[in-house]
Amino acid sequence: MPELLIRNGYVLDPLNGIEGERMDIAIKDGRIVESVGRKARVLDALDMTVMPGGVDIHSHIAGAKANCARMMRPEDHSRDTEAKTKYTRSGVGHTIPSVFTTGYRYARMGYTTVFEPATPPLKTRHTHEELNDIPIIDKGCFPLFGNNWFVMEYVKQGRIEELAAYVAWMLEATKGYAIKIVNPGGIEAWRWGRNLRHLDDNVPNFDVTPRQIVRALCEVNRLLNLPHAVHVHPNGLSEPGNYQTTLDTMECARDFRREGRTIMHVTHVQFTGRKGWSWADVRSGAPEIADYVNAHDHVSIDPGQLIFTNVTWMTADGPAMFALFKLAKTKWFNADVEAETGAGIVSATYKKSNYVNAMQWGIALELALLVKDPWKVYLTTDHPNGGPFTSYPRVISWLVSNQARQKLLDKINKTAKRRLNLPGIGREYSLHEIATITRAATAKSLGLESKGHLGLGADADIAIYDIDPRKLDLAREYKAVRKAFAHAAYTVKDGRIVVKKGEVVRSVRGRTFWTKPKVSDDVMKTMMTGLASKFDDYYTVRMANYPIEENYLTASQVITTSAGV
Amino acid sequence: MRTTPKTTLQDVLCTFCASGCDNLEITYEGRVIDSARNGCAISVSRFTTADRSRLLKPLVRKGGKLRPTTFARAIDRAARILNRAKYPLLYGWSQTSCEAISKGIELTELVGGLIDNTTTSCHGPTILGVQDAGEATCTLGEVRHSADLVVYWGCNPVHSHPRHTNRYTVFSEGRFRRTRKDRKLIVVDVRKTDTAKLADRFIQVEPNGDYELLTALRTAVNGEEIEQDTIAGVRVETVEEIAEMMMECEFGALFFGLGLTMTSGKHRNTEAALALVKDLNYVTKFVIVPMRGWFNVAGANEVSTWQTGYPYAVDLTQGYPKFNPGDTSAIDAMTRGEVDAALVVASDPVSHFPREAVKHLLKIPVIVLEPKRTPTSEAAEVVLPSAMLGVEAAGTIYRIDGVPLEAKKVIDPPLGVRSDVEILDAMIKRVKKLGARR
Repeated sequence: MPELLIRNGYVLDPLNGIEGERMDIAIKDGRIVESVGRKARVLDALDMTVMPGGVDIHSHIAGAKANCARMMRPEDHSRDTEAKTKYTRSGVGHTIPSVFTTGYRYARMGYTTVFEPATPPLKTRHTHEELNDIPIIDKGCFPLFGNNWFVMEYVKQGRIEELAAYVAWMLEATKGYAIKIVNPGGIEAWRWGRNLRHLDDNVPNFDVTPRQIVRALCEVNRLLNLPHAVHVHPNGLSEPGNYQTTLDTMECARDFRREGRTIMHVTHVQFTGRKGWSWADVRSGAPEIADYVNAHDHVSIDPGQLIFTNVTWMTADGPAMFALFKLAKTKWFNADVEAETGAGIVSATYKKSNYVNAMQWGIALELALLVKDPWKVYLTTDHPNGGPFTSYPRVISWLVSNQARQKLLDKINKTAKRRLNLPGIGREYSLHEIATITRAATAKSLGLESKGHLGLGADADIAIYDIDPRKLDLAREYKAVRKAFAHAAYTVKDGRIVVKKGEVVRSVRGRTFWTKPKVSDDVMKTMMTGLASKFDDYYTVRMANYPIEENYLTASQVITTSAGV
Repeated sequence: MRTTPKTTLQDVLCTFCASGCDNLEITYEGRVIDSARNGCAISVSRFTTADRSRLLKPLVRKGGKLRPTTFARAIDRAARILNRAKYPLLYGWSQTSCEAISKGIELTELVGGLIDNTTTSCHGPTILGVQDAGEATCTLGEVRHSADLVVYWGCNPVHSHPRHTNRYTVFSEGRFRRTRKDRKLIVVDVRKTDTAKLADRFIQVEPNGDYELLTALRTAVNGEEIEQDTIAGVRVETVEEIAEMMMECEFGALFFGLGLTMTSGKHRNTEAALALVKDLNYVTKFVIVPMRGWFNVAGANEVSTWQTGYPYAVDLTQGYPKFNPGDTSAIDAMTRGEVDAALVVASDPVSHFPREAVKHLLKIPVIVLEPKRTPTSEAAEVVLPSAMLGVEAAGTIYRIDGVPLEAKKVIDPPLGVRSDVEILDAMIKRVKKLGARR
């Protein structure tokens, strides 16, 4: 692999405290090094901004439900096609692009790592098939645990060590990266057409509560020393008044401290940060949630920014999707997975004139602007729920420019504008803060030590944007910001230039990250005996056929942790 | 005299229908499979007669006859045919692995052709129905655990999916439903099938009357009055009774087959069934699961969808995926006489396609990848013998309900016979080389 030297760039590297210094970055064998030889290829980044490659913590790009959505929505594809080129395969899809196109579009925006945040364990072989096929970017996936029968039974019986061993086994079996909880217990209730809304509701037939499930999995996360926090989508998604359940969920994990790291990440809070009693009086719960996050260090959030466009809702939260389908009256897909979880998909369009949509847009921005510390709030659209990931440049422009926000505020539903706190929030993100919420903080939260920064030994995943911060007034020239972030001047992946002037010039293969916690043999043995005795009762697949072999991943990257059990 | 010891392999997946029975026990010695336990009779036959009517050598047509040749020559001939064609069709895919299907899509994009799978002649209307009305579904284990009402509509699993009722529905043992007594079974069909003989209620619908009956059920479920006395040969009281049963169950599951998708109304039938289940979810919990046939027809849809956005009938001639069944579907393009070369993988269109389509297929050069002799392989220009997936080659497949499973390699393929993946890979390399030369 040829050496590469990125010269004269204006470097933003928040993890290493570099806030816009002109410096050179040397790359050898896919990593950042001290210096390179004179024969190294030189890439002149004069008057440009250099950042680590983007790291997306939450984007539904692969797996069973993404593919059901693609299958159900041909109308999404025919208006957004990409023909094959010398370097790229063809593809389609506005809100749910096909896999090759997904990789290229992320790379064009300077993103190099993306995590699929919800995979039903039984169908995770499918998720990996798609992840294998997504070019350029590194990736990983979070298996769902919040409605798993084994989990709920261990919780009920208070067998926390065995639960830890089970989670460890499942992460290895599915080649998963972190613990994901979606609507804890509520999807099990959906088996009978019901739902759970609050943290202390009872799960039918299992006699446990969402609170017990969340707390037990936080405890397991700490015991297994997992790189990422427990990734939580709380109960009561999208319902008016659900901000209280979100606050309760955060508060219930307050006593689980991890040195310098969060124990819980609460995701797409825009969908669970609503005050009010009915759809007509939905209000923003963002100030309360932001206050909580500002005052506590055990939790981080992402807003799941809404974009006024056509979208596809997809989540493991089957009951929430059915409730939303009854409002949207479009197309609804439901796919429950035995003994584990569910999935719902609905097509929808967000309109500026719609009161609730306008509130959602505002709540998401309020969350991003009211949380003071950019290390606690990350950029997401909960792709494709809030909007497609290709809207990130638009979201960045709203964050750096009050003018951009005000302009849109004038066009949204008047009542929503009146009731939002957004018009009174003047904060504007700096470029350094943008670099934090889009790569540094997400990489840190995910526990990816070689990502999200440009220090020695880091993966040479780098984005170069055509932004000269000394000349460009971000707040006034927000359209230029949008353009720059939509089409990276260069994207470098593992030391290779993959994008030039916003076009893919080379396709490489990204790696798939997964976690392998090492649990003591005794605990593992006890757990396995119990698991084997029940597996055939719970599943229609034999236990021997359940785990995914490591060689199934075309480029496997394992992170090993040593557990406290 | 036996010299090598017998080997027994546990937890083997059956690669016949899409039920995904993965608990087979296969005993073999060298290349000979002695027995296949735990499966149905079809499964036993698939494994123990693997060596019958095999294609063993690559063949190319010369002077009107298929003659043995080398692998390289057969690949070269196939690549030239595809490269020369203006509108090649790459068809089949439901009896091979997802890995092979993936190669097939790559090859189609490379030569600028049309790729379609056997969905086009079985559950294509199901997909069109889903694209109109959505789908409330689940994995088969959910049905096993929870369903207290099972409906088989226009399908006969006792013969088509022999283990289905035992593994997943009325005869299975689940968490919340333990025995046959805990479940009701309704069968809707045009004749009293062997599945119907197991039913608590058998509803005999007039041929092509499914749409009418489904619509009447929707009417009843939605609380409206039906004015006729009989609906598609079924008394209205019966319709109302069935609707009542559906609304009163705790967890219902409707399975449907080609009796719905390939009778008059086609995707309107499936749409009506999908909409009925959707309506029922306002009242109780109800799911619908299509009875997919071949063991990886669901996988063919999955791979095609994640790589091109569309589950079948994908036209890649413009350099990007286009989907317009009726226009870009295999049978239609063939009947119109537009296809000028075909690659058929693990399928037998000469036996299954309508006469007009077959007539055209017999006029154009056809390349066949297939383990056994078929009418299509007899009519081919190039024949590449391939390994049987799940017997002689490993790979990923998708069960009826989208659960991905790994098919195992039990024995070696016959000497010199390669897997579909290897053959397609060689073809892609050859096409690229020829393309570069051109």
